[in-house]
Amino acid sequence: MSKGIQIRFQTPLEHFALDVDISIPATGVTVLFGPSGCGKTTLLRCIAGLHKAEQAQLSINDHIWQEPGFYLPAYKRKVGYVFQEPSLFPHLNVTKNLLFGQRHSKKTSQLSLEEVSQLLGISHLLQRMPDKLSGGEKQRIAIGRALLSDPEILLMDEPLSALDFSTKAEIIPYLEQLHERLSIPIIYVTHALSEVKSMAEHIVLLEKGKVTAQGPLKEMLLDLTAPLARFSNAGSLLDAVVSDYDTHYDLTEFSVDGGTVTVPGAVGPIGTTKRIHLSANHISLTRTPADDSTIVNILPVTILEIEQASTAQCNVRLQLGEHNQILARITRRSKDILALKVGNKVFAQIKGVSLVKL
Amino acid sequence: MLDAILLTLKLATLTTFILLIVGIPLAWWLARSRGLVKDMVATLVSMPLVLPPTVLGFYLLISLGPDSPLGNLLTSLFGGPLTFTFSGLVIGSVIFSLPFMVQPLRNTFESIGTRPLEVAATLRASPLNTFFSVVLPLSRHGLLTGSIMSFVHTLGEFGVVLMIGGNIPGETKVLSIAIYDYVESLEWAQAHLIAGSMLCFSFIVILSMTLLERNSRKGSGA
Repeated sequence: MSKGIQIRFQTPLEHFALDVDISIPATGVTVLFGPSGCGKTTLLRCIAGLHKAEQAQLSINDHIWQEPGFYLPAYKRKVGYVFQEPSLFPHLNVTKNLLFGQRHSKKTSQLSLEEVSQLLGISHLLQRMPDKLSGGEKQRIAIGRALLSDPEILLMDEPLSALDFSTKAEIIPYLEQLHERLSIPIIYVTHALSEVKSMAEHIVLLEKGKVTAQGPLKEMLLDLTAPLARFSNAGSLLDAVVSDYDTHYDLTEFSVDGGTVTVPGAVGPIGTTKRIHLSANHISLTRTPADDSTIVNILPVTILEIEQASTAQCNVRLQLGEHNQILARITRRSKDILALKVGNKVFAQIKGVSLVKL
Repeated sequence: MLDAILLTLKLATLTTFILLIVGIPLAWWLARSRGLVKDMVATLVSMPLVLPPTVLGFYLLISLGPDSPLGNLLTSLFGGPLTFTFSGLVIGSVIFSLPFMVQPLRNTFESIGTRPLEVAATLRASPLNTFFSVVLPLSRHGLLTGSIMSFVHTLGEFGVVLMIGGNIPGETKVLSIAIYDYVESLEWAQAHLIAGSMLCFSFIVILSMTLLERNSRKGSGA
């Protein structure tokens, strides 16, 4: 027995069987990713004990929750569960909703009501009834309620999917703060990877009840044989440090291992680390560095791998600096015209860098 | 007449109280389970709605009487036969008004769905705890409707009472029987008084229930 989360479930679903055997880290955010109806919600429900899997082996750190002949009922599992809909108790005000779990766990949680309300920006709502709250406020309270039950693991089932775009944008910063503040592992189910690119460390891809790939997100994004590299919005993540800000043109310069990247706007004080996402579709390759292009982000790279992504396009994995790798998507024709080969030194022109950690 | 009024109120109150105790677990079970057994029990519970009260009263009379095994058991438990006693009347009323308590409760329990129960479970509330801290508070409307309907329905019952209770002043002579008595002896004024009062009372109770429900619905935003 050790730190870590061991998950093995086999149970029939409506059209296929859920058959999962994975172990994930006991810290950080693990994203459970897959198309609708692939069994990710059921997997989460199995972990929480809301769905009884036929064959199961489940342990969280040193605690066994389920194994052949043993089933810890849901209410004895130390989970925090955030459902797709906030599902607040309509007969209780915000404070009583928040403290519902604490009341029944007979133990005060590591986080206090004040801390959680501050973290989620809900301090001014404590006396309200749920029907007097907006959708985003409700979901924030549902998250706070789960946290206050002193969980050993936080399970989030597409917590943003029922919200409109602007409400999502309102909640994501709170989630990011939360993830920095919490020491417990989070399993986050989603079919929209963009929601969690800033937080996710580990990713599990699920399709028709089976795990098709899993591993650290950064590596998975760069694995050309794995499904993520075939997505239309494939890309890579880099850790970047703010190195300069041009007040005249309102541009921020990041330094990354292997060069500098400029993005519009003021991003943060010099010296802060951000996670940036480079979309593969927005990276083109040239043999010589263009000096008459409007593209300012041009970095020297070495081709590590070329893999066909579709009939027309291929993905190119590139070495940037000592430790970074990025992904470019180019047409097969360009590849042939430029006669690109593994080992070639080329220049990557990057149009469009998105920040994922604000 | 005061005797009859007090007796009727006592019967209705006691019946409602017992129905709450019996009806809540029964309605919960009906709302949460599946299968033929459940359907059969649900049918049995609804039978008093369609059967003539005299049929119910007839079987109650037989089964509560000293000649039946059940009646025998109850006789030894209560120290005498239950037919033509207040206790017998309570048993009859409970059975007769059962659907009026169970139906609204079952509907409410079903409308709550499984989500609040799951949420409570992930927040460490045991099933019993969940029932008291989530299910019952969310079932206020059903509890209120069921209680009032059972109460009012018990006030108005006649057939069952006549069959198993008879007409013993202070023991089994409730208002509906009293009206019958007055009419038989042609005391129209007295009959009018009771009948009219009961009419008004039922009207007021059901109207206030409707208003109350609308208000609390507005209040909780449900």
